[in-house]
Amino acid sequence: MPTLSVHQKPATGRFGDFGGRFVPESLVPACDALAAAFHEAWTDPAFRAELDELLEVYAGRPTPLTPARTLSARLGVELLLKREDLAHTGSHKINNVLGQALLARRMGKHRIIAETGAGQHGVAAATAAALLGLECTVYMGERDIERQQLNVLRMTTLGATVVPVTTGSRTLKDATNEAMRAWVADVDGAHFLLGSVGGPHPYPTMVRELQSVIGNEARTQSPYVPDVVVACVGGGSNAAGTFAGFIDTTARLVGIEAAGGAAMTDGSPGVVHGARSMVLQDAEGQVAEAESIAAGLDYPGIGPEHAFLGATGRAEYYAVTDDEVVAAVRRLARAEGIICALESAHAVAWVLREAGGPLLPTGSRVVLTLSGRGDKDMATLGAVA
Amino acid sequence: MTLLVPYLTAGLTEDWIDYLLAVQEAGADAIEVGLPFSDPMLDGATIQQASDRALARGVTVASILQELSLVRGQVRTPLIAFTYANLVFRPGPDVFCRRLAEAGFRGLIVPDLPLDEVAEVSRAAEQAEIELTLLVAPVTTDERLAEIVARSRGYVYAISRMGTTGEQTSLAASAAALAARIKAVTTLPVLVGFGVTGPEQAVAAGRAGDGVAIGSALMRRVLDGATAADLGAEVAALRAALDSASQEDSAERRTPYAEVSGHRG
Repeated sequence: MPTLSVHQKPATGRFGDFGGRFVPESLVPACDALAAAFHEAWTDPAFRAELDELLEVYAGRPTPLTPARTLSARLGVELLLKREDLAHTGSHKINNVLGQALLARRMGKHRIIAETGAGQHGVAAATAAALLGLECTVYMGERDIERQQLNVLRMTTLGATVVPVTTGSRTLKDATNEAMRAWVADVDGAHFLLGSVGGPHPYPTMVRELQSVIGNEARTQSPYVPDVVVACVGGGSNAAGTFAGFIDTTARLVGIEAAGGAAMTDGSPGVVHGARSMVLQDAEGQVAEAESIAAGLDYPGIGPEHAFLGATGRAEYYAVTDDEVVAAVRRLARAEGIICALESAHAVAWVLREAGGPLLPTGSRVVLTLSGRGDKDMATLGAVA
Repeated sequence: MTLLVPYLTAGLTEDWIDYLLAVQEAGADAIEVGLPFSDPMLDGATIQQASDRALARGVTVASILQELSLVRGQVRTPLIAFTYANLVFRPGPDVFCRRLAEAGFRGLIVPDLPLDEVAEVSRAAEQAEIELTLLVAPVTTDERLAEIVARSRGYVYAISRMGTTGEQTSLAASAAALAARIKAVTTLPVLVGFGVTGPEQAVAAGRAGDGVAIGSALMRRVLDGATAADLGAEVAALRAALDSASQEDSAERRTPYAEVSGHRG
């Protein structure tokens, strides 16, 4: 199986100058134990078989690779959509949570703690917890609770406790802080089920491995090695999982950020949420508040491996605006009959904008990961004229 | 004598320097000066609120250090900066530590900089003659504890409980056990902190280690409107409780900070 970074040292979770483990001493033994447990489970055929079975019979994998025929014809590129929107719970997040929840059970934990932005990871975590009989507490910014009511109801229906976070910007960044605080206080009983490829080692590696099923499937399903592989990037888990399947090919890897939360495009190296990566921050190191119509990308950082891939030039990162994103949701819906999430629409918007230009020449063959479906965003879209 | 190390969030109020001086006069042995950070991962509600309020006032690390420089002649108590890794790495550890030293700081505590990530900041601190105090947690293994203690300067900080900072109704049993494990392998003074609230807990923490760090309980008072004089009285009460407990105890106490940190005058 191809791994994303050949330079990574597993002991410390470094990706070049990025990654590491900047956590309070109270969490160091837990991170060590998690790294060891994941390594052991990931190399255990029985664990892999159990996860693969759940991914198939429960999550609905493999997800299809759908040719976007109308858009392809109009744009002059060959566009294939990796349909994570069709996975159970409506996004790629299920891949990660099933793996981590199985691991939590294997480690003897009775409870999971999760952070969520748009609520997609929270819903997935609550789902996996229900399936495996674990308690689940989800930390969610007050502002995100207001704009993602549907997902809050889904989580509570699944039996999870949703805790509003009222500090700072009241979004994903603050929910992540609060989840880490909760983990420190219950480090023996709880597993912190982080939803993206950020955080301290081993999370960036573990979550990428659990999401690599996206890229590995797409590579098998695609009739050719594409010229461009593109996915949206907030923390960057669907992109990391997609890229993992193509890292050793000639395909260009492209991550698309929200213009209001573009850590790769506008950020600088910094330490936030346990890892050194690219961060939106001021001159003294105060972390900035991101601002995006897509709650799942409303995050001032990015996973450290993306920072590494960007620094080495293996991957490219660009930003699109909220307006472009809204237009992209509507155009994809009408052209292909697929309502994707606002997050996923960032990748679509980039293809719409660049097709035929120097970044995406006519005739390019593109695999695009549609990370989730858009049901949750109907109220937001309805409010935009 | 038990060391008393109160914590203050710098810039919490416009007259925060008055609070600092009041705490000094009330008998602090050192003062932790919290440089507010946007994402205080290891702080509970009280210090979060204090940090948010300070940042909302528009204070910066630069403005805080500037204010401290202006009163340097009046500050006799060793100052220890307490802040998060990103504020250290953003300007670079060398520049950051040098700025601290120029503003009169003697020590630095960075709670999200564990042993495995500490090397660069350790070197920079040593260059700038800043004592980088490392933290030990109840879950730290003996082997790791010995390494942390060997690299810690000024004090060793014992995290009394598994959790964030924030007021508690009692001192965790883990505090005494951890302090004893640390004292078994070092002559550095052991500061017990995280959640210590009120004179009774302070005395217990002081008995467990060589000193006690108190933050949230004091910042709660300031957030609720305590004046500099009120806070001074609070710290004086803690001082009195610790001193009378020390007199009762026949146990030999350890060397205070100033004598341990020999390279500073």
